[in-house]
Parts: sequence; structure tokens; C-alpha cells
Amino acid sequence: MFDVLTRLSDPPAVLTSPAVVSVRLESVSVRFRMPRERYSGLKELAVRWAQGRFETIDIWALRQVSLTLSAGEIFGVVGVNGAGKTTLLKAIAGVLHPTEGRIWVQGSVAPLLELGAGFHPELTGRENLYLYGTLLGNSRRQLRQAYDSIVDFAELDSFMDAPLRTYSSGMAARLAFAVATHRRADVLLVDEVLAVGDVHFQEKCRRRMEEFRTEGATILLVSHDPGLLTQMCDRVAWLADGRVVAIGAADEIVERYLAIG
Amino acid sequence: MLDCQPMPIPHAGSPLAASPLLFYDSAARATPFIEEGLALARYRDLVPQLVARSVKTRYKRSFLGVAWTMVNPLLTMLVLTFVFSQLFRYPSAQYALYVLTGLLAWNFFAQTTTAAMGDLIWSGGLIGRISLPKSVFAVAAVGTGLVNLLLALVPFAVIAVLAGGQVFSPALLLLPLPILLLAMFALGIGLTVSSLAIYFADVMPTYEVLLTVWFYLTPIIYPVDLLPPAVAAVLRLNPMYYLVTMFRSILVEGRLPPPEVLLVAGVSSLVMLLFGWWTFTRKAREYAYHV
Repeated sequence: MFDVLTRLSDPPAVLTSPAVVSVRLESVSVRFRMPRERYSGLKELAVRWAQGRFETIDIWALRQVSLTLSAGEIFGVVGVNGAGKTTLLKAIAGVLHPTEGRIWVQGSVAPLLELGAGFHPELTGRENLYLYGTLLGNSRRQLRQAYDSIVDFAELDSFMDAPLRTYSSGMAARLAFAVATHRRADVLLVDEVLAVGDVHFQEKCRRRMEEFRTEGATILLVSHDPGLLTQMCDRVAWLADGRVVAIGAADEIVERYLAIG
Repeated sequence: MLDCQPMPIPHAGSPLAASPLLFYDSAARATPFIEEGLALARYRDLVPQLVARSVKTRYKRSFLGVAWTMVNPLLTMLVLTFVFSQLFRYPSAQYALYVLTGLLAWNFFAQTTTAAMGDLIWSGGLIGRISLPKSVFAVAAVGTGLVNLLLALVPFAVIAVLAGGQVFSPALLLLPLPILLLAMFALGIGLTVSSLAIYFADVMPTYEVLLTVWFYLTPIIYPVDLLPPAVAAVLRLNPMYYLVTMFRSILVEGRLPPPEVLLVAGVSSLVMLLFGWWTFTRKAREYAYHV
């Protein structure tokens, strides 16, 4: 994926005009609450609860995160495993509703994380295209109209009637990427773990994202790879333990991250 | 792509309010009761896709494939008819039809409510990975149940005609009514148990046991007039009694049940649906945290 992004062109002229807010987070916190002990059943739980001994552990995956991204910006997020990077993407994608704070997103979102979630191995490529497409909120009509261009982009023309279990993982990833990006998005949420097919297809993905960006789309890129982030991003936020440690120019933040890390 | 177009009117104070574009604002919220309904309406094309997935994948690798959806109830009903009319020697074939219609209605209810729970929790943890209205799984479970019920009605009609029953009466035109009420009731129960099962893994096996109890508290395999009056009076507290009776009297007796049965069936279905929707949507935003 990262080769995909490294060669994006310079910011389009459009973006030199005063920045338009694309994504804004205000003191966003995300809390996972779980029972302190494992209860063997409802009965024990009810007893504990009645005794007032029901204890929970709070895990704050994000704490008081505030960010403002401008349209057309490539914004990176760096941090160790468990720092809250994926949670941040999920909160912006609307999967995890923030426990505290507020999130605004301008325009449509292409969540390029968990690509292919909802694919069923026994269904054909065509059936999965419609299933996954509607899971992402598209109408059937719209998918029918875009069908040829999706299949064309994924280069799966002769495989659409074969069950997905016969696909290689690269083929499935191509289909997922093609469906998730078949419409122009205003905000692309990209998780590092994304690996889409071979070099040739990565090049196509790169071009498609570049297209979106030329039209003013914002890209939020989450990565462990400092080199990639300095190369790609205008600004970077450093997350640790759910908190924003620093936000600033990519070089500077990544340098500080590496000095500590 | 995720269409972020939740609120027609920008929330006051939004820095983006001036823009005509679609947007997502985590703080903008109608009541959950209505918000979930609007979200479901936007995702309406997903429901048939989920129904198709369940129907197609159930017998996917078998030789008969989707035909099993009809063959399976046919064979089961043939066995039951044989058992009840030949082995138990009930006087009339009518009794076999009485049992079959009861089972059709009950299986629809039991399968739908169980699937609503299972699909929400086990659909590959989908609700923790993709932003979508959570009620879509319960609604799709009802849709799948309806497909199975309608397909099972075909072999039922064949058996009923062979057994000398009078399935094809003018009352048959009213069959959508009990089916609609059953679907509403099942959706209400399905949503209620789903909202509990998200938090407590014990709910699912507990519900399966309760279903067995509920099955025997509903006159499905026994005639209600065999019971002592006191017991029959208790059964009348069970909404499924009215729903099954309604479904059955149209299919077996070719007429609508008495108005009080219609009234209780209608009111309890509506109340259960509203209750289930309210219970489920109240906490729907938290569910992604618990899968």
C-alpha cells in the first residue's frame, strides 16, 4: 500500500486557497468498558449487581483528541500498537460513536480499513459486489450502474460468477478496493494494514487516490512506518496511549517520535 | 462508500453548517427511535442482499441447493402427517393440518428471533467494522423467515389438498394479515433479545430454552379444547396463541377467527414491535463496542 501512496503528486492548486475544514474532532474520547472479572452467568452477574459489587474496567482508547483536517490535506497518524490509531479511524468512519466530544466530517467517507468485511466465501464475486456495496451504504441501482466500471477496475471480468472462496486473497482485496472507491469520496481513511494486490494493481490504487485528491479529497493515513509518513504527509499527529502527543509538520513529528521510540 | 448524510438540517454550531455538502456530525441526533428508522431507510437495499445471502448460503454446496428451502419442509410435513394421522390415529386428517399450520407459524417465529440475535452478534463482527444501522440484521432475519415461510406454504398446500383440506377458500386472500402480524411480533421479540444478547452472552442459550417452554405453552401440537379450563385460561395470556390461531383458522378452517382474537393479535404485535424498537434503538450506538 505504501508504495501506492509515496508517489502522489504535489498538492493541487485548488488547495493553496484558504483551507476548508474537512474533518474536525473536538476533545474526542472513546471508552471501552468491560467487567473486571469474568462472570460465569447472568445469575452471578445479577447477584454482584444487587450487592453493588459489579466493577468495570475502563479502557480509554482515545482521550481528548482534537484535530482539524483541511480539504486536500494528507494527514498522517503515527504511534505504537495500541496507541489508538485504528480507533481514531473507526471513530471518524462512524463505527465507534465517541463516548465524549464531537466529530464532524464533511462529505462522503471511503473507509479503506477492514476492506472486504462482510464478504461471504460461498457467494459469487457478483453477489459479493452487491452485498459489500450495500453494506457500505450504496443503493442497488447505483451499484448496477457502476457494475462494469467496478469489475473493470478490479480486473475480475471472467471471475464474477465464481464463488469468492476460489479467489486468491489479492483478487478479493481488488474487488473490495474497487467497490469501496467506485464513487469519488471526500475523505479517505487509509489503514496501513491494507495491502491490495500486486505492484500493477497498487499503481492503479495510487492513481485512483490521486484522482480523488486532485478533486480536493482529504486523506487520513495511519502507519507505523516513519519513512512513509515523512514522504507522504503534510502534517502528522503522534498518538500515544490514546492521547495526541504532538501535531505538526511531518518531518518534525516523526523525528521526535523516533527519538523516543 | 459510507454516505454521511444523516441530518437534513445542519446541527446548530457546526463549523460546516454553511456547506451544502453531506456531512456527519456525531452530536447531531434526532431521538434514537427515529434516527435508526431513517438510517434503515437509507440502507433499505441492504436488507434484500442480506436475505439473499442467508437463503443462498444455507444449502449452498448441496446438490439441490436453494430447492432444499422447499423440499425440507415438504419432507418434514409428510413425516408429521404420517405420524399424526396413521400412528396416533387421530380421527381426521384435519388434525394433521392443525399441527402443520401451527408448526409453520411457530418455526417462522422461532427461527426469525434466533437469527436476529445470531446475525447481529456473529456476522463476522460486522458492526464493529462497518458503520451501518444495527437493526438491519433483525429486519433481514424477518425477511429470510418470510421467504422460508412462503416457500413452505407451497408443499403445505399440496399436502392439505391431498389430505382433503380446504386450503383454497376466499379467506386465503386474508393470509397476508396474520403473516404481517407474526412478522411484527417476531421483529419486536427479535430486537428485544438482540439488545440483551449484545451485553450478555448467556441470553442466547437462555432464550433457546425459553423458546421450548413457550412452544409447549402455545397450542401447536395439541388441541386447546383438550385442556382443563383453568389451563386454557392461562394460555390465553400468550400472544402467540392468538397469532397462531389466526394463521391457522384461515388456512385450515377457511375463515377469519373471532374479532377478539384479531384484536388481541393486532394490539400485541404492534405493542411488541414498538417496545422492541424502543429497547433496541435506545442503546444502538453502543453496540459496536461490545462485539
